[in-house]
Formats: sequence, C-alpha cells, structure tokens
Amino acid sequence: MTNIEIDGKQVAVPKGGTVMDGARQLGIYIPHFCYHKKLSIAANCRMCLVQVEKAPKPLPACSTPAVEGMKVSTHSAQAVTAQKGVMEFLLINHPLDCPICDQGGECQLQDLAVGYGASASRYTEPKRVVVNKNLGPLISTDMTRCILCTRCVRFGQEIAGIMELGMAGRGEHAEILSFVGSTVDSELSGNMIDLCPVGALVSKPFRYSARTWELSRRKSVSPHCGLGSNLVVQIKQNRVMRVLPRENEEINECWLSDKDRFSYEGLNSEERLTTPMIKLDGQWQGCDWQAALEFVATGLKAAKEKHGAQGIGALASPHSTLEELYLLQKLVRTMGSGNVDHRLRQSDFRADSQSQGAPWLGMKIAGISQLKSVLVIGSTLRKDHPLIAQRLRQAVKQGAQLNLINPVDDDLLTKIANHAVVAPAAMAAMLAQVLQAAAELKAVEIPDAVKNAVNTVSVTDTARAIAASLIDNKPAAIFLGNLTQHHPQYADIHVLAQHIAQITEASFGVLGEAANSVGAYLVGAVPGAVGTSTSYSQVGASGSNASQMLGMSTTPTAEPCRAYVLMNLEPEFDSHNPQQAMKTLAAADLVVMMSAYKKHAASVDYADVLLPIAPFTETSGTFVNTEGRVQSFNGVVAPLGEARPAWKVLRVLGNLLQLDGFDYETPEQVRAEIFPDGSDISTWLDNRLDNFTVGEIGQTGAGLQRIGEVPIYQADPIVRRAESLQRTHDAAAPAAWMPGALLDRLGVRAGDTVKVKQGDGEVLLPAARDDKLPANCVRVASAHPLTVALGAMFGEITVEKL
Amino acid sequence: MLSAETIKKIDHEVAKYPADQKQSAVMSALAFAQDEKGWLANETMDFIAHYLGMPAIAVYEVATFYNMYNLQPVGKYKVTVCTNLPCALSGGNDAAARLKQKLGIGFNQTTADGKFTLKEGECMGACGDAPVLLVNNKRMCSFMSDDKIDQLLEELSK
Repeated sequence: MTNIEIDGKQVAVPKGGTVMDGARQLGIYIPHFCYHKKLSIAANCRMCLVQVEKAPKPLPACSTPAVEGMKVSTHSAQAVTAQKGVMEFLLINHPLDCPICDQGGECQLQDLAVGYGASASRYTEPKRVVVNKNLGPLISTDMTRCILCTRCVRFGQEIAGIMELGMAGRGEHAEILSFVGSTVDSELSGNMIDLCPVGALVSKPFRYSARTWELSRRKSVSPHCGLGSNLVVQIKQNRVMRVLPRENEEINECWLSDKDRFSYEGLNSEERLTTPMIKLDGQWQGCDWQAALEFVATGLKAAKEKHGAQGIGALASPHSTLEELYLLQKLVRTMGSGNVDHRLRQSDFRADSQSQGAPWLGMKIAGISQLKSVLVIGSTLRKDHPLIAQRLRQAVKQGAQLNLINPVDDDLLTKIANHAVVAPAAMAAMLAQVLQAAAELKAVEIPDAVKNAVNTVSVTDTARAIAASLIDNKPAAIFLGNLTQHHPQYADIHVLAQHIAQITEASFGVLGEAANSVGAYLVGAVPGAVGTSTSYSQVGASGSNASQMLGMSTTPTAEPCRAYVLMNLEPEFDSHNPQQAMKTLAAADLVVMMSAYKKHAASVDYADVLLPIAPFTETSGTFVNTEGRVQSFNGVVAPLGEARPAWKVLRVLGNLLQLDGFDYETPEQVRAEIFPDGSDISTWLDNRLDNFTVGEIGQTGAGLQRIGEVPIYQADPIVRRAESLQRTHDAAAPAAWMPGALLDRLGVRAGDTVKVKQGDGEVLLPAARDDKLPANCVRVASAHPLTVALGAMFGEITVEKL
Repeated sequence: MLSAETIKKIDHEVAKYPADQKQSAVMSALAFAQDEKGWLANETMDFIAHYLGMPAIAVYEVATFYNMYNLQPVGKYKVTVCTNLPCALSGGNDAAARLKQKLGIGFNQTTADGKFTLKEGECMGACGDAPVLLVNNKRMCSFMSDDKIDQLLEELSK
C-alpha cells in the first residue's frame, strides 16, 4: 500500500494504483472523460489534471502513479486553471447542439462544461466537421461531437474482444471510424453508447424519441439469458423507451448485452396481443376475459372428464417468472395431472429420476473471473451468454486456460488453450477421453457408472491436455452450454462431465439457458418435482416431460396430451423438434396459449384460445438466475390493453375451476408460498446425477448430422420482435453451413440453394462454407421462421443439390 | 495479393518479433506493400491485417497516422516538399512554388501523364539543409534552389 494525501485527506492506495484510484477511494470527484474504471488508461483527454506537490506542472490523475508521501490537490487554483484550460480546448471543436443532442441531460461534457467552461468561446475559427458513420442498426453517430477519448475503441479491444472501431488520422484530422464502412457487430456493442461521454455514439432505436429528463427510471431484471442482468428501465407515458444497465459487480458489472439492452422494442411491438381471442369455426374473434377464461375452464374440465387428468399438460417458457411457473404447475397438479415442464428444447430426459436438485452454475458468477482453467462443453457461448463469455475473456487475460469441446468453432475472441471440435455424436466419446486422461493423471479408479464408456475410447493428446489443464490450474470449472443441454445424449455428457469434475476437483455447472432456468426447477415446473415448497408433491411426482407431451420423444412411454396450456411459448420456435410439436398440437382437442403476442402464423392452426399476458415489464415477478440468486422485480408500466399479469390469469382460472388454494391477492403471497422459509435456496441447487450409468456412446448413424443452435436474437418471444436487433448481422437468415469437403461431395458451391430435409419437412436454404465444422455435419440454426419446418435440433439431416 | 518477394520481406520482419506479437511488423509490412503496389488500397491493408493476425482497423489506424503511406494512387514520382517553419524561413515555400509552376499542379495533385505527384510534407529532420524535399519517400534532396529543382525534374522526366 502506498500512502498519499489528496486534498488534505490521507489514503492508502494499493501498489501500482494511481492518484485517480486514491481519489475514488476517498469519494473525491476529479473531472474526467477518457478514464473508465473497467478500461485501460489512455490519459488522452487531459481533463483530470491535478496539482501534485513538487511537480513542475499539473499531472493527469488517471495515469499518475501514487508515490509514497505524495500530496495532491484536485481543486487548487493551479488544478482548476488547468482543468478549465483543457475544457476550453475540448470545446473548440465541439458543436453547441445540446438542444438537439440525445445525450443532452446525461452528458458528461455538458455537465463539466457548466462547471469548468467559460460562458463564451475565444475561438472564432470554423469548427471542424466530421462525417457520420453507419455503424449498424444499434448505434447512431454524430462524429462531430466526438472528443476522441477512445473509450469505444478500448471497449472493443479489451471487453468485447474485437477491435471494430479505431482512431484514424492524426491531430486535427483524427476521427473514430470502422474499417471501410463495416458495421459494429459485437453482441456487446450497446455498451459503447453508455461509455461515450458525449453524444457522438447514441442509441439508434431510442434516437429522438424522448429527452432524458422526461423519463422515469425503474429497476428491473433482464428476462433473457440465465445471468439475470440488472436493468434500469426508463419509461415515458406508460411506454418503455429505453433500457440501461444497473450496475451490479457480482452479475453484469456495468455492462449489458445488446439482447438485454435493445429487446425492449419487442415490448412495444405491433404484434402485442391486447385482447383475449377465441377461435370459433376456424375464425379468430376477440372476446372479453370472462368469456375467454370460461372457455378455457370448460375446455379443461371437458378434457379431464374425457381423457382423465393425465390428458392435460402444461408447458411454460423458462423465461416466465417464478410466480407464473409456480401457479401453472399448481393448477395442473391440483387438477390431478403431473404433466408440466419448461424444458422444451431438451431432448434427453433419461436422467430425470437421478437428478438431485436444480441444475445451476455450480459457483458464483463473479467467481468466473477468478478461474484459472475452464472447460466449456457444447456452447455458442458468445451468443448464448455474452457477459459470461466476457468474464471468461477477462479471466484468460489474467492467465486462465480456456478449453472447449464443441461441435462448432466460433471465434470466442480470446485465446483458447485446447480445442476439440467434434461432431455432436462424438462429444460424449471426447469427454470419455478426457475422463480417462484425468483418471490416469490423478491415478484414480474410473467410476463404475462411466467405465463402459471410457473403455471404448483411446486418449488423444488434446484430451490429455484438457485434463492436465483442469488438474494443474486451480480454481477450475466445467460448464455445460446450451448445445449440450439440447443434445440427444445430454445425460451421458452430463455424467461424464460430472465425473471429470470430481476427479479433477473442478467446480461443475450448467449455464442457465433462460432467465428462470433454475427457478423453474425450484417451483416444480418439471414432471419429477423437486422444489422448495411441499404443495406440489401431493400429486405423484410422475408425469410426462416436454418431449413426451409433445410427442417428440423417441421412446414414448406416455401418450401425448389432449389439452395443453402453453405459457409464454411459441412451440414452433421454442421446442427441440418443431415439426413434431406442431403435429401433436394440431391433433390436440384444446390448446390454450397464454402469450404476450398475437398468434404467429403457425399457431393459427393449433391454438384455440389466446390469453394476453403481460411481459416482464408489466408484472411483478421473480427470476432465479443461473448462480441461484433470487431477484424480484416490480412491473414498470401498466399492462398494455387488456393484457394481464399471468399470475392473475392463473389465479382466476384456478378459481373458475373451483380448485383450492388459488386465493392470492398479491404476488408476495405467491412468493411466500414458494419460499416458506425465506429465500435461501442453496440446498435445492445440485447438479449431480446419481446412479446413472453411461451406456453406448459410440458414433451413431452414417448420414449427415445437424447442429441446430438457437440464434441469439431468436431465443425468446420478446427478442424475436425487437426490430433493430433483427436487422443486425447476428440476426442474418440461417444458411446450411457445411465443411468444404462435404460441399464438394454434394457438388454444391457456397451460395447455391440446397434442399434441406428432416423427417417429412424440407426447406430451401443457401449453402455456406465453414471448414471448421466437423466432417459430415450441417449447421442449420433452429428457432427461425425459415427453418421451423425442419425436425430435431440434432440428429440426421439430408442435404440435396437442386 | 502481394508478390512472393514482398511476402518474403514481410516474413523477414515478422521473424524479428515474438510469435504472438506479429503485429509489430505492421509498419514495415505496409511499407513493403506500398513499394510493390505504389499505394495502399483497402484490400491491401485488409490482406496485411489477416497476414499479421490483427484487426483491419488497427492497420488502418497506422496507415492513416503516417503521411508517408499513400492511401490514394500516386504518380511514378511522389515529390514531398517540406514547408515547416525552418524550411519556410529558408525558401521552402519558394521551392514549393517552383515545383507547382514547373509541374503545373498543386499539392495533392498528379500530373496528367501520371508521372509526378506533389505533396506537402512535415519536417524531415534536416533543417540545416533547407529547403529539402523527398522523392518517393526514399531519396532526400537538400538545398533545393530553383536550379536544383529544374535539374531534378529533368533527371526524373527522362
């Protein structure tokens, strides 16, 4: 520690710290533009000049190292004169367009100009004008306002991992731009808007729609990925105008992914469902809530009478709130059915009965930054968990080794220590290799549960290197990504990874796919109920899982249901095998859709009634994020039109069905029932699968295999309707990506249209070349309107030349 | 994109730096590429970016910072005359005027026959020799009186 004095106050700064660090510790504000606590030091704005005793001239606080005994004055006459001088320079070229600038009211330059600027300029020369750049659909530019602090450039290099903006030219001619008109495509690009201390980079979707002082700020939690990023939602006249990060060092730090930031456009979409609708004689008709709910109650009662309680099934999106999921499962369970699930994209449920608790990250999110070795299995990490990818990127910079076992080789924009790109069907075998290598290195017995699998493989150097990395570097962690969770051999991969973690003494976790992936387990929105409350274990734990309910299961042990309640779901996008799901739903007697959005083209056929429910901004609720953190939030605006919070809809439905225990008046009462003993849920989190024996894991099938990931901006109903995000590079229409050898064999060239078939569905897609894909694999994104006609996300697929 | 010979020269430079710091060779790589192509097209910079494993925009930053890199096609001979203060005090502006008059072009222009491009340069570090000018970044000409300018142009015009 170095002891220095700032403005007469003593402070101890850690070794290597700067004067700015000391001032921040003391809570003394030193004006600055280019300095940012999460970015490297540039010291190019010069606004933070301070007086240091015995120094011949003012020094920049952000880059002046603290030296023992140093005496600093931040507001002495010399410091203030220097700061005013810098401000005068900064304003030479800065336009006086605050009245039409979106940054006005929240602009650091504006604020500091009030404090340090003169009332008039001494410069009469023309101001320089810089041409605006097109950086894509999310960031709008006014480059004349730029003061060249380079925060956006450093953000790209250091946080996003990809330098998309740079400072070209020199002196008077310097300007921020991208290389020859390319757009900024990072999935974290929106943070550059927050970082820009002036109005040079502003939000394109928000532009000119409100002044910042007209907005009220309300706290919320992001409903998208499993991170549960903390949000500030800004509203005007009962409409969400903008979403900004709420700083939480333990979750999202000060960042937000573009999905969390810009998906609010989907809340104001034209496609919002604002009144209940019933299909009569094939025609959709608006109706009032009373009629709609009575229709649903009658339908469910009839289904129960005709087919028994087991004829009723409930499916919910894991993006729903805890309260909604809890009441939905309570509704069907009280009716006598155990058919409830939220895992529509999962296909392997073999290990359900061995599950010991809710799958979770296995550690704190903040702990990711301290890891020294990581193995990520099956994940399009940057797209599925942009901020976890960011944390791993920072960990790698601190010396961590990142290992991957993945069917795709997307650039993670960081250094990868060991990388095994294998076909989906070979992932389990690859893990068996790592397991064997780890057991050899640690000289331990291979557990019986995985012995058969391990005996069939021979260890490669990559597997040995991965095992060694996990053993030699501590702390270590193994994470299962979304691709693994959707994988047809999920149980095998899970158990193999679990044993690798045990042998290597690494932490073991599942990267939560959705905002409430953990919470859905806790409230029993799974057939074999695990949970914090006892209310749902009264009805036998048995019931059909999502795969059985939708007839997607390859070994159906249960009949598909006859009546379905779907909550927050669009099964054509949200299920593992949309083709099969559509068929099953079309054959059902009753399909109740609780949705914030009007029917999608496909749902016109299968749904019978549409109940407009409120998205996360219009209801209070709770999400349990992937690290098991319980975060409750309130609605920030009133529900749109006739839409109502889903927990209220389910409560009334429970009453109409004359079920006991649906007399809630507030969501707090629901929450109290979910967490009767407070909200410590750690005992319910457990990734272990006990007594599951891994069977045959060899290569299956000789044909082509599909790799069907969920595109970043198709993952849930809200983001699907976020217009600006849909215009980004990441939302490009899917193609059939194939390695060059496969293209040659099929006799097609990249760009040709090919016929892609699965089951009895086929679509035409452009062929594209990706030589990093494993042999005989075709990467076709799922959850997209252009590919919904296809079948399972993994499995056999055929590609034909036209 | 670039000839085998140029690539060889770039590789020679790359070899001087640690394997994970290939981008240290960006300035010489750009210079070699310019020697071959005459100027740096966006495609050339993109190629070098890929070759050195660095972001294209980072190459562009370097290429736009230094004024010896030509981002537009230039004539066969690029004449850069210094007009900074010490040169200006010793006839730098006169030398520039002479060049303009003889070539019939202004700064940043190229003669119709594609032979000469005239550029205004920054200090070349030889103020004692003022006025100075550079031919194609490589040949420094000192004490450029009108006579010497005429001689130079005659020599280059051959």
